[in-house]
Amino acid sequence: MDDEQTPVVEAVGVAKRYGPTVALADGRLSVLPGETHGLVGRNGAGKSTLVGVLTGLLKPDAGDVRFNGEPAPSLGDRAGWRRNVACVYQKPSVVGELSVAENLFLHRQPRGRFGLLSPSKLRRAASDLLEEWAVPVAPDVPAKELTVEQRQLVEIAGALSHGARFVILDEPTAQLEARAIARLFDRLATLREQGVTFLFISHHLPEVYEICQRVTVFRDARHVVTAPVAEMDTDALVAAMIGEARELVRLGEDRSPVPADAEPVLELENVAVQGIFEPVDLTVRRGEIVGVAGSAASGKRELAEAVVGLRSRTGTIRAAGRTVRPASVPDSLKAGIGYLPGDRNVDGFVSVLSVAENTTMTVADRLGPAGLVLPKHRDAKARKAIADLDVHTSGPDQLVGELSGGNAQKIVMARALASDPDVLVLVQPTAGVDVRSKESLLGAVDAETRRQRGALLVSDELEDLRVCDRVVVMVAGRVVAEHERGFAEAELVAEIEGIGDV
Amino acid sequence: MSEQTDERQEDQAPQQKPGRPANRLKLAKLRDLALIPPIIALLIYGYTLKPDVFLTKSYLVDTVLKYQTELALVVLAEALVLIVGKFDLSLESIVGIAPAVAVFLAVGNTSMLGAPWPTWTVLPVALIFGALIGLFNGLLIVRFKLSAFIVTLAMLIALRGLQLAIVGGATISNLANRVPVIDNLGSLRILTIPLSIWIVVLVFGLGIVVLGYTRIGRSLYAVGGNPDAARAAGIRVERVIWVTLIVAAMLAAFAGLMLSARLGSVAAAQGQNMIFTVFAAAVIGGISLDGGKGSLFGALTGVVLLGLIQNVLTLAEVKPDQIQAVNGLVILVALVLARLTSGKAQD
Ligand SMILES: Nc1ncnc2c1ncn2[C@@H]1O[C@H](COP(=O)(O)OP(=O)(O)OP(=O)(O)O)[C@@H](O)[C@H]1O
Ligand SMILES: [Mg+2]
Repeated sequence: MDDEQTPVVEAVGVAKRYGPTVALADGRLSVLPGETHGLVGRNGAGKSTLVGVLTGLLKPDAGDVRFNGEPAPSLGDRAGWRRNVACVYQKPSVVGELSVAENLFLHRQPRGRFGLLSPSKLRRAASDLLEEWAVPVAPDVPAKELTVEQRQLVEIAGALSHGARFVILDEPTAQLEARAIARLFDRLATLREQGVTFLFISHHLPEVYEICQRVTVFRDARHVVTAPVAEMDTDALVAAMIGEARELVRLGEDRSPVPADAEPVLELENVAVQGIFEPVDLTVRRGEIVGVAGSAASGKRELAEAVVGLRSRTGTIRAAGRTVRPASVPDSLKAGIGYLPGDRNVDGFVSVLSVAENTTMTVADRLGPAGLVLPKHRDAKARKAIADLDVHTSGPDQLVGELSGGNAQKIVMARALASDPDVLVLVQPTAGVDVRSKESLLGAVDAETRRQRGALLVSDELEDLRVCDRVVVMVAGRVVAEHERGFAEAELVAEIEGIGDV
Repeated sequence: MSEQTDERQEDQAPQQKPGRPANRLKLAKLRDLALIPPIIALLIYGYTLKPDVFLTKSYLVDTVLKYQTELALVVLAEALVLIVGKFDLSLESIVGIAPAVAVFLAVGNTSMLGAPWPTWTVLPVALIFGALIGLFNGLLIVRFKLSAFIVTLAMLIALRGLQLAIVGGATISNLANRVPVIDNLGSLRILTIPLSIWIVVLVFGLGIVVLGYTRIGRSLYAVGGNPDAARAAGIRVERVIWVTLIVAAMLAAFAGLMLSARLGSVAAAQGQNMIFTVFAAAVIGGISLDGGKGSLFGALTGVVLLGLIQNVLTLAEVKPDQIQAVNGLVILVALVLARLTSGKAQD
């Protein structure tokens, strides 16, 4: 790269602490015009904190930010920041009660006669924008009714439509399926040709290699290295992120096949949710991980919700031989089903409660005699979960709302494991989790199932599905295929993606 | 760079030493104590105003605290409802209606429903009546998913009307020596401290244990903080909310009995306008209107602070026609102080 160029954005020595937690000690970043710059690091490394500083939402304790060589606007000058930088944040930032159109044009609604807002113009502008981005969403839908994928697409479209020449994407792909990601990357490539600069954060390293020219690594709240991606192979990148040279384990490689006569821990007979998916028969045996793959519209997530009692359904479900009452989460818990919801920001955790409180939420009856909750027991359980899953937190008393995205995800996993379930139902368990922690999360599933549990793993990520002993594929509410371990990945992807055409 | 290295090790320390008690805990406890300094300041100020009486037990107990007991119970009730993420404006009308109905049936001038009922029925009837109102509120809020704010506002208005009809615009007075519960609540003392104060101490003690250290108590916070997450974790969200509304209404009914006992009568306007003070005390005491946050101990300090403010204002001889305006101002100041000392946003 040409060193003479003035960076679009340059940050030096950015520091930010929250009480005893150092979120960022030495944040450094320099993004050149026209490049797509990757930012990677483990959960809690300070990436989102830097994003907050770069978009003017967080006031750094120290450090300096420049846009195109000019000092950053003052914190109060929102318009000034918006001209320089647009951002898709890691946490959803839509107003649930407002329509998609209103969200897209929040505080910049097109005006009609007499300077009043014009709903028809707003609608038209919004549908143009959505069409331009091929976002399959009607402008009148309230934002809270969007699926995760739709919501993210809307946010991305909105951010880009501000016309800024520098766009930050904080883990935009963490909850998108393969097709949507491909679509997004096509857009990014087109825009890059038009001279738009990107800062791209992701825990999927192949994505970084696919679309970035240079990459910056953060570790333990500080800048470690910035280099062209061509000069850093995956091993070097991972080593920079985790601070030691150790190859990632290929999980599940050594799982032994589950004997055909192993006792079933979860049996689904004719289980259906009206209008969502057709009757499904499925058995998970002890020691087995069964993957359920499919796109967002396949009904796989709803299948999981029906199994854990969050949706009313027909058909019979037995867990460890015991029939489970439909639409009752407490009964499913009692029957030995543990659950990790697919969108942690919706029903994964209570952000105003502590790590300890959240991890033990499902087992509050086992923390002392006679319905008492003894903080000592609770904290002990939480400490164990923190250690087992390698959560980056100041302790059991930290509020989950203060954790970084990936660490919050680990807390949700801890909650699912806490009840010592016979069978785990996991939906997108590794969303937003860094490479090493992915290992520990999937490793936990691997290890737990070897200890005679079963697991139903609902995901569209190949890395998740690789640990499964068996994978069923759902398309448009029906199970269309089943594969044993060692499936051909390309074939599976093709099957999953067949959906849009049905 | 090199000077920052220790800092980084410090940052990682909590992870490596899981045994270390987190600073956070102490901090959270400190926030509960945020109102203690202003309370002490008020005590000192009161003392300088009236050195001979202010810090005596008889003044503090019989002039300050005794008048806060009903308020304290209602604040506790409202705190429970707020923590679970709902609202209950009707509590103040329950303070009036529950004792009115119970007393009316026992000693009122009526033959309705086979009255007069025996006087021992006053306590259970008041509590059951309160519970029924809570049950009904719950039906509308939980089952029919109506807005708690509006449901309880309508209930407040309706119950006020009902009370006027029962008490007939007058006051059921001269309860002394006619209803044993009322006599006891009004004048019984244990170890020279009025029964009502003992009750408040007991109920708050119980409340603090239940909210802090039992499964059901913690589920209130989970439901108020994020009902979806609570549901996914197997908590019966609807039931928790419903039970909370019923318990709160019963607490308010009991507070109403205590108020009637202290006054020796049931006024038509009993409890009126109390809800404003209730919310002020709860929020000053750190209960969040958004649900999921706050402690009963904090709420109690809020009550004590407001009570002291009122007494000190009287002692400072603020004119009666100004006292309300001054009181409002002082509440604002107390809110600001609580915000500053606790360092967290009130929402
Ligand atoms: N509001 C807050 N209060 C306290 N600590 C916070 C707060 N926000 C962030 N932190 C802490 O700062 C650290 C850095 O968080 P940050 O969100 O920047 O991580 P990240 O690199 O984006 O991680 P992830 O990949 O999981 O999203 C974390 O340890 C987190 O717990
Ligand atoms: Mg982040």
